[in-house]
Amino acid sequence: MNEAPASLWSVAAATLKKDIRLEWRSKDALNSMLFFSLLVVVIFSFSFDPLAEESRLIVGGLVWVAFLFAAVVALNQTWARELRNQVLDAYRVSPAPANALFVAKVLGNFIFVIVLEALMTPLFVIFYNLRVLGSAWQLIPIALLGTWALVVNGTFFAAMSLRTRNRELMLPLLLFPISIPAVLGMVAGTTAVLTADNPAHFYIVLLLTYDLVFTTAYLGLFETILHAE
Amino acid sequence: MKRGFLIFSVLTGILLAYASYQALVAAPTERTMGDVQRIFYYHVPSAWTAFLLFFINFVASIQYLVRTKPSAQTAAKWTFIAIGVTGAGMSFLPAVEQQLNAIGMRPSALATTVLLLPVFYLLLGKWFPGERLDVLAVTSAEVGVVFCTVVLVTGPLWARPVWGIWWAPGDIRLTSTLVLWLIYVSYLLLRRFSNSAQTQMLAAALAVSGALDVPLVYFSIWFFRTQHPQPVIGGNGSIDPRMMQVLLLNWLAFLCFGFLVCWSRFRLELLKREVEEAYAMESLGEPVHAAPSMPLKGSTP
Repeated sequence: MNEAPASLWSVAAATLKKDIRLEWRSKDALNSMLFFSLLVVVIFSFSFDPLAEESRLIVGGLVWVAFLFAAVVALNQTWARELRNQVLDAYRVSPAPANALFVAKVLGNFIFVIVLEALMTPLFVIFYNLRVLGSAWQLIPIALLGTWALVVNGTFFAAMSLRTRNRELMLPLLLFPISIPAVLGMVAGTTAVLTADNPAHFYIVLLLTYDLVFTTAYLGLFETILHAE
Repeated sequence: MKRGFLIFSVLTGILLAYASYQALVAAPTERTMGDVQRIFYYHVPSAWTAFLLFFINFVASIQYLVRTKPSAQTAAKWTFIAIGVTGAGMSFLPAVEQQLNAIGMRPSALATTVLLLPVFYLLLGKWFPGERLDVLAVTSAEVGVVFCTVVLVTGPLWARPVWGIWWAPGDIRLTSTLVLWLIYVSYLLLRRFSNSAQTQMLAAALAVSGALDVPLVYFSIWFFRTQHPQPVIGGNGSIDPRMMQVLLLNWLAFLCFGFLVCWSRFRLELLKREVEEAYAMESLGEPVHAAPSMPLKGSTP
C-alpha cells in the first residue's frame, strides 16, 4: 500500500489497454458508429445524386457531418461505461492522476474514430465517384488533426454532460458550438484538397492551433470536472 | 437599497425614452440608406453591451475556477496582468499596427481592450467574493444572451434593404457573433440541466473553453471578406458627429438598462440560493434562521 502514486503514463496505458480490450470483445461503439455513418452515406446519396464536380464541392461537408454524428455515438458511451459498478467513484478516490484517465479516454476514442474513418472513406469514394484534384496526402494531416479536435472536445464534454440530467442529449449541445472552428477547418480543408482551388495549408495550421489550445486547456481543467462535487 | 433601485429605474426609463426620441426623430437621416439606418442606434449599443457582459462572464468564470487554489489564483492574476501589459505594448509595434490597420482596427482601441482584462480581473475579484462570482457569471450570461439576440435580429433587418440579403454566410463579424451566441446558449442549457451542486464548476469550465473559442472562430474565417461596416469607435469607420452623439447617448441608455436588469437578476439569484440553502438546512434538522452564507443585505452588485 505504500507505493508511490502511479505515473501518468502507466495509468493511462493501463486504462487505454482495458478500453481497447473491452471494445475488441464487444465492438459496441465501433459497430454502432459504422452502421450509423453507413446510413448517413446512403441517405445523403439518395437525396443529392450529384455529378462528379458537384460532389467534390459537397463531400467535404458530408463526410465530416457523418463522422461528427457517428463520433457522438461513441463519445456518449465513453464515460457511461465507467458509471456501472461505481468505477468512476473508485477512480476519484484513488491517488492516480486525473489527467491519466482523460489522456487514455481521448486516445481510445481517437483510435476508434480513426478506424471508423479508414473503413468509411472508401465507401464515400465509391458512392460519390470521387477523384482528388489537389495533393491527396494533405487529407491525412487534416483527418488526424480534425479527429483529434473532435475527440478531445467530445471526451471533455462527455465527462461534463455526465453530471447533467439528460446525459445523452446534452453532449451534442455542448460539443457542437465549441467545435465550430474545427469543423470549419476540416470541411474547408477537405474541400480545398478535393477541388485544388486554394491551398489547404492554412486549414492545417488552423486545426493544429485549435488542437494545441484546447488540449492544453482541457488538461488543465479536467481535474476540476472529474472532482466537481 | 430598494429606493436606490427605484430611483435608478426611473432615471433609466427617462434616459431610454430620451435616447429613443433622439435616435428616431432628432438624429439626421442618412443620405443613401434613409430611415433604415436608424436601427444602427439599437444594433451597435446592444452589441457593445452584449460583448461587455460576455467579457464579465469570462473573467468571473476564471476567478471562480481558481478561487479555491491559492497557487492557481496567483498564477491567473499574474497571467492577466502580463497579458494586459504585453498586449497593450504589442499593439503599438509597427508590424502589428500595420496588420491591425489592414483589418480596420485602431491600435489604441486594441490596447485599451487588452488593458481592461487585468483591471476587470482585479476589480471583480474584490467586489464579488466567493459564490457571488458565480451569481455574477449567470447574470451576465443571461442578460448578455438577450442583448446578443437583439443584435442578431436587428442586423438582418438592416441588411435586407441595404445589402439585399438577410445574412452574409461566412462574414467574419456575423459568424463570430452567431457562434458566440450559440456558445452562451449552450452555457445556459448546461446550467439548466445540470444537478445543482456541481453546476457552478462545470459552467465556469465551459465559459473558459467558450472564451478560448472566440479568437479561433475569428482565425478560422480570416480568409473571408467582411461586408460589415467598419467599426465607428476604435476602427476606421467614419460618422457624422451628430450621429455619434446620439449613438453614445443610446449606448449610455442601454448600459444603464443592462445594469438595471443585471442588478435585479443578481438579487433574484442570491435570494433563490438563500431559499435553497434554507430548505437544505431545514431538511437537515437545523433551524431555518441559521445565518445565510451570502447575506442579502448590502448586496449591491
